[in-house]
Parts: sequence; structure tokens; C-alpha cells
Amino acid sequence: MKLHEYQAKEVLSKFGVPTLPGFVCTTADECEKAATDLGGLVVVKAQVHAGGRGKAGGVKLAKDPAEARAKGAAILGMTLISPQTGPEGVLVRKVFVTSACDIEREHYVAITLDRAKGLPVVMACKEGGVEIEEIAAHNPSAILREYFRPDEGLFAFQARKIAFALGLTGPLMGETVKFLQALCKAFVARDCSLLEINPLVVTKQGKVIALDAKVAVDENAEYRHKDLAAYRDDSETDPVEARAKAMDLAYIPLDGSIGCLVNGAGLAMATMDICKFHGAAPANFLDVGGGASREKVTEAFKIILADPKVKAILVNIFGGIMKCDVLAEGVVAAARDVGLNVPLVVRLEGTNVERGRQILAESGIRLVVAKDMTDAAQKVVAAAGGK
Amino acid sequence: MSVLVNKDSRIIVQGLTGSAGAFHAAQCKAYGTKVVGGAVPGKGGTIHEGIPVFDTVEQAVRETGADVSMVFVPPPFAADAVIEAAYAGVKLVVCITEGIPAMDEVRIKCALERTQTRLIGPNCPGIITPGECKVGIMPGYIHKPGRVGLVSRSGTLTYEGVWQLSNRGIGQSTCIGIGGDPVIGTTHTDAMKLFIADPDTDAILLMGEIGGTSEEEAAAYYKASGTKKPCAAFIAGATAPPGKRMGHAGAIISGGKGTAAEKKAALLAAGIAVADSPADMGITMIRLMVERGLAPSSALG
Repeated sequence: MKLHEYQAKEVLSKFGVPTLPGFVCTTADECEKAATDLGGLVVVKAQVHAGGRGKAGGVKLAKDPAEARAKGAAILGMTLISPQTGPEGVLVRKVFVTSACDIEREHYVAITLDRAKGLPVVMACKEGGVEIEEIAAHNPSAILREYFRPDEGLFAFQARKIAFALGLTGPLMGETVKFLQALCKAFVARDCSLLEINPLVVTKQGKVIALDAKVAVDENAEYRHKDLAAYRDDSETDPVEARAKAMDLAYIPLDGSIGCLVNGAGLAMATMDICKFHGAAPANFLDVGGGASREKVTEAFKIILADPKVKAILVNIFGGIMKCDVLAEGVVAAARDVGLNVPLVVRLEGTNVERGRQILAESGIRLVVAKDMTDAAQKVVAAAGGK
Repeated sequence: MSVLVNKDSRIIVQGLTGSAGAFHAAQCKAYGTKVVGGAVPGKGGTIHEGIPVFDTVEQAVRETGADVSMVFVPPPFAADAVIEAAYAGVKLVVCITEGIPAMDEVRIKCALERTQTRLIGPNCPGIITPGECKVGIMPGYIHKPGRVGLVSRSGTLTYEGVWQLSNRGIGQSTCIGIGGDPVIGTTHTDAMKLFIADPDTDAILLMGEIGGTSEEEAAAYYKASGTKKPCAAFIAGATAPPGKRMGHAGAIISGGKGTAAEKKAALLAAGIAVADSPADMGITMIRLMVERGLAPSSALG
């Protein structure tokens, strides 16, 4: 789950990470009031789950409440298009009106999980406000990495190493160490998958502050962060994806014409790949999961059939946990419910496959039974109108 | 003819009394696996699926001499269960549970470093030495005893690969499903090491998918080892879009890294044959084996 900047800052400030005060606003009136309450120079920042907001015109400075009102009015309701939103952009529904500060310098700090080491890693770069992927690609030695164990946290000497590398010495050292240790504590305690401070700034007054904050929470850990549920904002999520998620189906829409219904993520990807290999692109990724019930399979079918790009459907099931007869019943029930308006190719293998095939054959539903994956892919590509 | 598990392995099931635990414990037993006990807190002293249940793994190990544990405990309690097994001296823990928080997986990893225990998974189908021992949720009958070692991040895609081999008369020494999560106990490289060292494994079939660098690391290890054992591979997700988690928590192309193309290139550079279609995983492996006289040419038919 991605958090908005204002949410991330609420979370981080509870761990003692210094941020600037601000208010989240949904109207121009609120922006004006927020600027009045804050006093002085403010920044109006679009709250969307995408980076690149500044360049896209979603972040504006305002010198007084009247200007905050005007800037808020301009940003609220705009369609923000950045390299991270895709060409269609996202609608800005909320802005964060926050105090401005005098920036002395900017740095980059982030924490993520290093998969190869199996440990959280703090990544720091002297240059702030940058695309870290670009730095990683062109100047990898500019990124400092410090790994830590969840139950130990970041040791002070590790935080000092980072502070020295960033040049945050002298009176800034103590503050930086506290800052980094607080970030690591928040990362572990809140089960983050990403915590990015870009930029971390040093103000002219000598304060170390998280000027921006990006936080993503591990979906597998959401059950133990019930208080974060209120932060969920699905308005930027594809509604069909959200519906699939509510049914505990892994579904991702794509651009092609072959609807895919598969059990298991690896096989689901392989099924997309084999459609493409035989000449037609997949319309979706869909994993009905291990213990998929008849209801889940039915819902999966409805989701695929709702996509107007789908010209044919390929069901590819290798029954292990999920038995082929259960799947066959799901297919039959869904086909009856929804009314199949596109050709259906089914490939079943595994536990109870004979009973599964029998259920399909006796259902009276028009479908093509494939004998293996190649056969299935060729048949579904042909049914969708060929290459 | 195997790595990690064989006909002498003695298995306990943590979470035996849950529906998945009970079902799969019975399936493993029916396959011929020595399922000697269960560990479920508060259910000690009972019998479930004909299997004696203990309150703690320590008791179960003491009473049954188990050396392997299969974990079906729900995500909030799974990390504790794995660590309990490791601290009780179980040599191999196979964690089937899907949906464990990544931070708990890190905690498991840190705790297991202090023990001699190997973890397979989490979020995996388990491990099987065909004809001898099945510790997991895979359908047993698709496997055939033989000499191909198989390692995969997926469940059903693994079954597909096994099926393609078995259908052509080519059996497997051991099949290891290492799991689809970002932090796992046994990696592609670990499995590769075991198979290269195993005198009863002639060839290796590696299945990977987008995300991370596990396949690249295994490719580098394979090349550096100088082994003569042929290796074939398939990488799922050539058509996956960047930045989207494809079902498995670990299957995501992030920051342009972890693409199928990168992985294929690394495998090819290491002298590993890569199948372009998932339907050709088996035949790609078999061709290499036939070339080296490890399989009869009739297997190509």
C-alpha cells in the first residue's frame, strides 16, 4: 500500500523524524486557511501516488494566503502527468499545504529491502532531489549502502558513516544520526517495503528535515497495521484491479486480446508469455491462487469478460492444491452466469483432471479443450483472430 | 538419488490440525513419506489423520526423531513456527505458508543464521524426491524417479516442467520449489550447489521469473563451478509490465531491473540453454541430455 506524502510524514513524525508542519486540503478555501495558520511562505503540493510532481506542475510556492488559495485552486482537479503516472495522468484530489524553508543543501536517503542479502538497506547519496535509478545506473559508487537487522536497527556508527559521506559533520552529526536511526525504526515498526526521503534537506538554520517522504507498506503486513487502513486511497487504482483485489485475485490488466485465467503466478506469467510467443498479446495477468473456490473462479471469469479488448480466453490450470474438477465447475458456473461471448480454450492438467474434463464436456458449453500449453496457445491465438 | 530429503527423512507437520495441513499431511503420507508427527500448540496428546500431535516442536523431535518440518501455520504465526523448528534442531524446514510479512522473513533469516537449519520457502510448493519422499503440496503422481534436479520459484510452473519431463520418460532426482517471496531460505544458487555436488543428479532444470537477481547469481555460480552437468532454464514474465507485482511478492521489475531479458542473457552467457516457450522447458533439457548420452534419443520423440 502506497502512502501519500502527508500520510508518510504523519507516520514518520511519530518516530521523531523531523518534518515541516502542514495541512492536507481538498478545497481552495482550506488552502487559504492552512497558509494563514502556518504563516509565512508555504508550498502547495499535489498528493498523488507518483513521483515527478514538481516538474509536472504539481508543486507550487505561495508567498501569502491569497496566493496559496490561487495555487491550490490550480492544482486541485488538475490531471497530473509525470513519467511515473503514464500518459493518462492522475487526477489531483488533495494537496498538502506545508511551510517552506531555506534550503542550504539537499541529499537522498532511502530504506528498502535488499533481496540478495535478505536485509533492510539504507541507501544514501550526496546529491538530493535526483532519480536514484539513474544514479545507480550511471554512477553506482555515489550510493552508500548500510545494511541492518530488524531487531538491532541501524547502529550509531553506521549512521555516522552515512553522515560523514554526506558531509553532515560538526553540529549536524548528532541530528543526522538521530534522524537516520528514527527512519530505520519506522521502516521496521511499520513494515515498510520502501521509505524514501528525497530530498533530506539541511536548512540555513542548520536543521535536518525530511522535505519529502515516500512510504510503501508491505501488503502482507497490513493485518498488523490496522490504523493505517484509513490511509488507503484506491482512487488512483484501476477499479477492476481493486475489485479483483477485494476477491483476493491477483489481476493486472494489459493491452492484448487474450484473456488469461491461470492458477499460480509463475504459470500465469508463462501463459502470457506463450500467447505472445504464438503471436497474440495477453489481455491480463490473472492468478486465481492456490485454494481458489468456485466463487473466486467465477469472479475471475467475470473480470476477464468485462474487458472489451478480450477476443478469446485461455484457461490454463495445473491442479495441485486446486483440483481440476473444482475449476471445471467454476468455469461452467461462470459461463452460465455471464454468458460466454468469446471463444474459450481450456487446458487442464493435474489432480482430478479426468473428472474436470468430464464436467467441461458434459456442461454443454462451447469450448475447446487443449492437450498441452502449445496446443492451447495456438488454439486461443487462432480463435482471437490469429496473429 | 537425491538432495535434502529421501526415504529415510522423518517429517513433522506444524499446523497439522488446520485444513491445509491435515489434507497435505495425508497426501504426503499416502505418497509414502514418513510423516511421524505434528506440532500444534494446545493439541498435544491427540491423534490427527492418524498422526500423533505434540504441543511443541521440541517434544515432537524428541519423541519421533524427526529431521524435517513442513510448516502450514498462518502468516501471523509462521515466522515463530519456523524459528521454533530451527531452535529444536530440525535440519530442514519447508514453509508452505503464503503471505508472510517480508520483515518476518528477514527475522527468520537472521534467526536461522545462528542454527544449522536450512529453510525452503516460504510461499513455496515444497520439495520432493520422487518415489521416496514428498514434503509439500505438489501432486505426487506427475513425478518420476530419475536424475534431473529441478529448482523453481513457482508452484504450478514447476509442475508443468516436471510433467514435460515425466511424459518423455525422464525422471527427477529432487525437485525444489524455493518460493516466490523476496526473502527466501534456499536460493537458486543454493539448489544449484546441491545438484552439482549430488552424484545422483545428471542435469539441472532451473525455472525463474522476473524480479531480483537470484537467477543471475545461479548462472554465475554455474559458470564458475566448471561443472559438466548440463543445465536448461526458463524465465517467466517476458510479457510482464514494469513496476507491477505479478502475483508473487518477489515478481516485480523495479527501477528497470529484474527483467526476463536480463536474466535470459545472464543464463545464456553462463552456457545454460534457455527455452523461449514454457512448453519447451522439458525438451530443452532433454536435448542437452541426449547430446551428452544422459538420456536415450527416444525421449526426444
